[in-house]
Amino acid sequence: MSPLRRCASSPGGGRSLWPGEAGSTAALGGARASEACPLTGSTAPSLSLDEPRLAGDGMVWLLVLAELLAFGLLFVSFAMARWREPVVFAQGQAGLDLSTGALNTVLLVAASWAAVRAVAAFQRNRSVAGARWLLVALGGALGFLVVKGHEFASKLGAGFDWATDSFTVLYTLLTGFHFLHVVVGAVIFAVLWWNARSGVYGPDNHMAPASGAVFWHMVDLLWMVLFPLVYVIR
Amino acid sequence: MKPSRVDLIALLLVLATGLSWWLGEGAALTQGHLGQAATLAVLALAVIKGALIALDYMELRHAPALWRRAVLGWLTVVIALVLLASLLPRS
Repeated sequence: MSPLRRCASSPGGGRSLWPGEAGSTAALGGARASEACPLTGSTAPSLSLDEPRLAGDGMVWLLVLAELLAFGLLFVSFAMARWREPVVFAQGQAGLDLSTGALNTVLLVAASWAAVRAVAAFQRNRSVAGARWLLVALGGALGFLVVKGHEFASKLGAGFDWATDSFTVLYTLLTGFHFLHVVVGAVIFAVLWWNARSGVYGPDNHMAPASGAVFWHMVDLLWMVLFPLVYVIR
Repeated sequence: MKPSRVDLIALLLVLATGLSWWLGEGAALTQGHLGQAATLAVLALAVIKGALIALDYMELRHAPALWRRAVLGWLTVVIALVLLASLLPRS
């Protein structure tokens, strides 16, 4: 790496040196955030792509951490409660349709894939393709909401009580919270797509889509635990 | 167009989901319960899927090690506790 490159203050594009300013990064990430510039003698954040860097905005990652912990607690509660009350859970899970759960997994994965492709397109200055990929991602998110909404509606129709025993309470909390996260993800994709159509995102400005993608991947990651836990293992 | 790593991972994620579905839909069910080996397989698939999403889609492969370890550690601990609670003899 040439010293010139290290001193160049190129914008980070869609990646962040987090947390905060250069200097504090070393404490959390071990990243060599600031290095003396031999030419000017000043310290400048080194933003070469070789440096370890978080995708998207640092604040999204704080959110990711908080969400993972909250859902983790619910996941473990679900597993422990099933161990304690196998009959209640066997009964409750018998009413779940594994196939719609699997279909929803595919929809989430498709949206994640489209989001990655969208960010990659913006990096290569192909904003039209990027907008199109965002629309695909939005389609995946909306598809999930339709399928899951159908599951909730048929439960309502069958007289499902949302909070009678530990299965219903944990099912409602887990899938309900996750559903709301997908709603947020769909809104994010819609807003990003709307902005992308006017060509605002490019190689130097794709922090917003990169952050939105990270949020969506988290929703996907959570479902990768939720699906086997709630739908497959009985 | 040659499929990229990102495309292959999406394909892997779908295949792994299909495998979990197949196991849970009847292939490994006895009297409505998933067998021990199948439970292990399904949770192993969950770890693989989660790790691929975290490392490649969330780009943690190129992130500061602490963040990578935090997310992968979360995945490991949660799945390990679920596995424990699923394999312990039910009361």
